Amino acid sequence: MTLAPVFIGSLGKRRLATLFSLLAITLGIALGMAVQAIHEAALNEFERGVRTLAGEADLRIQGPASGFADTLFEEVVGHPDVAAATPILEVAAKIAGHEQPLRILGVDVFTLAGVAPRLLPQSHDTTDRMATLAERSVFLSKAAQDSFAVRIGDELKLQDGVRSISLRVAGDLPGMVDGQPLAVMDIAAAQDSFGRIGKLSRIDLSVAVSSTPERLKQRLQDRLPAGTVLESPAAASQQAGNLSRAYRVNLSMLAAIALLTGAFLVFSAQALSVVKRRSEFAFLRALGLERASLIRWLLAEGALIGLTGGIIGVAFGYAIAWAALRLLGGDLGAGYFSGLQPRLEFKPALTAFYVALGLLAGLAGALVPARQAADIAPARALKSAGDALSIEPHRRPWWGLIALALSLAACFIPPIDGLPLGGYLAIALLLTGGIGLLPFFAQGLTQSLAGISQSVAWRLAAARLISAPGYAVVASAGVLTSVALAVAMAIMVASFRESVDEWLAQLLPADLYLRAGRAHSSAYLDPELQAAIARTPGIRQVEFTRHEQLRLGADKAPVALIARPLPDGGHTLPLASEVRFSSLPALWISEAMADQFAWQPGKAVHMPLGGQLREFHVNGIWRDYSRQTGAVMIDLALYRKMTGDLHVNDAAIHLESLANEGAVVDRLQQLGADAALEIARPGEIRQLSLRIFDRTFAVTYLLEAVAIVIGLAGVAASFASLAATRRKEFGMLRHLGVSRVQIVGMLACEGGLVASIGVLTGLFAGGGIGLILIEVVNRQSFHWSMDLHIPWGSLLLFAGMLVLLASLAAVLAGRQAMKQAAVFAVREDW
Amino acid sequence: MLEIRDLCRSFNGRIVLKSTSLSLNDGEYVAVVGESGVGKSTLLNLIAGLDRPDRGTICVDGENLAGLDEAALTRWRREKLGFVFQAFHVLPHLNLLQNVALPLWLQGKSGCDAAPAAQAMLDAVGLGERVASWPHELSGGELQRVAIARALVHRPRLVLADEPTGNLDPANAVRVLKLLGESIRKLGAIGILVTHSREAAATADRTLQLTAEGLRQ
Repeated sequence: MTLAPVFIGSLGKRRLATLFSLLAITLGIALGMAVQAIHEAALNEFERGVRTLAGEADLRIQGPASGFADTLFEEVVGHPDVAAATPILEVAAKIAGHEQPLRILGVDVFTLAGVAPRLLPQSHDTTDRMATLAERSVFLSKAAQDSFAVRIGDELKLQDGVRSISLRVAGDLPGMVDGQPLAVMDIAAAQDSFGRIGKLSRIDLSVAVSSTPERLKQRLQDRLPAGTVLESPAAASQQAGNLSRAYRVNLSMLAAIALLTGAFLVFSAQALSVVKRRSEFAFLRALGLERASLIRWLLAEGALIGLTGGIIGVAFGYAIAWAALRLLGGDLGAGYFSGLQPRLEFKPALTAFYVALGLLAGLAGALVPARQAADIAPARALKSAGDALSIEPHRRPWWGLIALALSLAACFIPPIDGLPLGGYLAIALLLTGGIGLLPFFAQGLTQSLAGISQSVAWRLAAARLISAPGYAVVASAGVLTSVALAVAMAIMVASFRESVDEWLAQLLPADLYLRAGRAHSSAYLDPELQAAIARTPGIRQVEFTRHEQLRLGADKAPVALIARPLPDGGHTLPLASEVRFSSLPALWISEAMADQFAWQPGKAVHMPLGGQLREFHVNGIWRDYSRQTGAVMIDLALYRKMTGDLHVNDAAIHLESLANEGAVVDRLQQLGADAALEIARPGEIRQLSLRIFDRTFAVTYLLEAVAIVIGLAGVAASFASLAATRRKEFGMLRHLGVSRVQIVGMLACEGGLVASIGVLTGLFAGGGIGLILIEVVNRQSFHWSMDLHIPWGSLLLFAGMLVLLASLAAVLAGRQAMKQAAVFAVREDW
Repeated sequence: MLEIRDLCRSFNGRIVLKSTSLSLNDGEYVAVVGESGVGKSTLLNLIAGLDRPDRGTICVDGENLAGLDEAALTRWRREKLGFVFQAFHVLPHLNLLQNVALPLWLQGKSGCDAAPAAQAMLDAVGLGERVASWPHELSGGELQRVAIARALVHRPRLVLADEPTGNLDPANAVRVLKLLGESIRKLGAIGILVTHSREAAATADRTLQLTAEGLRQ
């Protein structure tokens, strides 16, 4: 530690550069930590809810959203491997005046105690022992009472179809202490109230002591009706985790790029510091400091910045997470955990991991300059204390080109455990290759631009970059990284937004859209209402849609089934594949289905519908940006024939050419009786969808802005540090008759050139990363394809502004160094 | 002709240069010697127009530097002044030809227009074969020859050399001083050499001693 003042003390002497490096690492760590902490909190909350609902259940039989016949319960309860079983009917009910539906579980209180005792309702009326079985009674958790502003004894108005139901809040759920909004009522009453006589949603099971869940699964799975699966309650939380994981990992990767930019800032600061301290190191080496010790001390400088940034970053990250959970929710506005109220928890292992990441970034940034400092020959450095920049590029561009080639190859790596790790590797390799080729690009670009002006400022700036391209690496590596990130995100988001916009336009061809409510299970339109809608004056044509949820496997998330009138060629769908016909019933699948189930056009597949396994032919693949776990579409008439279900959820309404839209809306509203029908124009739905889209990407915009600020800070820090090393050069130029304005001009040209190099390479790298995000990362994470849309105008404006700002930063940094009179800059001579 | 009259300069109340006068004709090359702290640097700063005197005048070819603003002084330095520094201050990112051509660039000449004159100067200092070399490839003596070529390429009226041999070995110092003196005389410029070295001062036409009381012959 004896040399600590020499090395660690130098960080204090170059406060500005140290501060920028620290800031960058702090921000990178803070963003990564915040994203992780928020999602951990949301997932914990989700898992807690699943555990509470599952109680002591080892397994559950889960059916489609429409449910399965309750006769299955009798078969299951008598099975020798089953110790206890309880039937549950689950309904998401629309509550008058509220957007969010209420989750109601119809339970059998007699069997519930043995499997999920925490769900047991408690009646307010302790004198009535049969209160929990009362037909019109419902029991609400404390969170549900708060969410829907009702108290025990109040009447709760719910909707079944467009029919209004009134239930009395007869008590609460004392076992539900973790803030979940939930309601419980007697299963028979629920079946009756919601028109589900003879139906169950799931059966929760406790396995007999003499058996195991695996054995029960083996023995029971094949005896279950089509469309029901036997799974462990933990599978639900795992599915939720998987669903949000790709989004979380993508955000974490963006934060990692911000951290990478921070590492480059450490690199710039350390590289420039090494240049300034060449003779100091030579002197120490001459005094007997070993080469390895010099490297260790210089690494310690970087490590200290990284460690400090890591510690401040995690603290800042927890603060961001705390604020974001309150403002945006557990999914940062993406909609994965709607309705949850996650609680932030301190995670020691996660915190230590992010502190270590900060340390690693600091060490990585300091490594190359440390090695270069150790390579300086002491005798030469002692003789000339010159301020020439010693950071020279690798002499051959091969490794840069190899990194680019490997990046291309990494794009073809299939997803690993559902994550696009190949895509992330490709991005890292692309950035590495881009930085490797930066000096060559800098030299080539500057050489080709050198002749465009004969001004001294321009010629001096160009000459500097041509002869010392390593200078460009130091100053513009951070710009390249941050611009690449911003450009990639801009291209990806623009492509996604445009594709979503076009998709919405194709999916919403009607004049009006009508639905009974958001909760598909309880908000439906019955055949009478459908007929009434179709008869409404002013309406030319109505296309009804039925939504259902299917289970295609115990380890698979539910798949959405959409039944609507479909032409044979599927031309009303946003198709993403060729169309193949067959005599079998036609099935149109989303891209997620194709990726997850390996279903392809032309393939015959089996799918449970109406309690039977039926054969379909995959006619084509369509784009679906709203369901990540997969969706299938069949013709409504076919659905009705196979299931006998005549209910629908939505209606697409085409008006007569001269119809008064407002009058038609009024007439339709009257059809809803005492339950309000939701009617929207396609423009409103489009606007709302794009608003949700923008909210989802708000976090990525924040990350982009942070990266740009870090990049610009890098330019400013680099130039401030370089300007300090060039005071003598400025002094000499002033003696030769170079005016202050010309020196300022020279610095502006240098700043502009360095930024242009960073911005141009950043644009290329960003374009490449954007393509990787679109074609690999998004495709593998969310199973969404999209058309490439490059926001040229915004990108050019952004690039121009950045070059201007970088020039300004360089000038401001240089002016700081020029404050000292030129005569003093060369005073060691006089 | 350089005419300095009654030049005074003080810093924070301390008089550094006291009532100094000097008159030099075209082609005259003088050495200024003196102890550290007697104001050699201050005198050079004032002559170069990089500092303003408290009192007195400096006239070059009849033009009083006191009457020029900063922009005009910068132009004046660009056209009329040549500098040779102790630490050479050759720009590491320019090759030898570009370094020597720099004063001509400042006068608005293009790279092509400036090249013949720069080449001629490099020939004159014995480095004509190495125009494309980079400063880090040169020895100290060679670097100072480049600095001399740069100081004279634009045919200045006044050449100021500050300890030009301070970083050189004796053999190189002799070569450089000889080259500097010959070049200034050949150009017909006024030369002022500031040095601690008696041997170096002996290469000038005459030696002036700067003391706390002013310049003495």
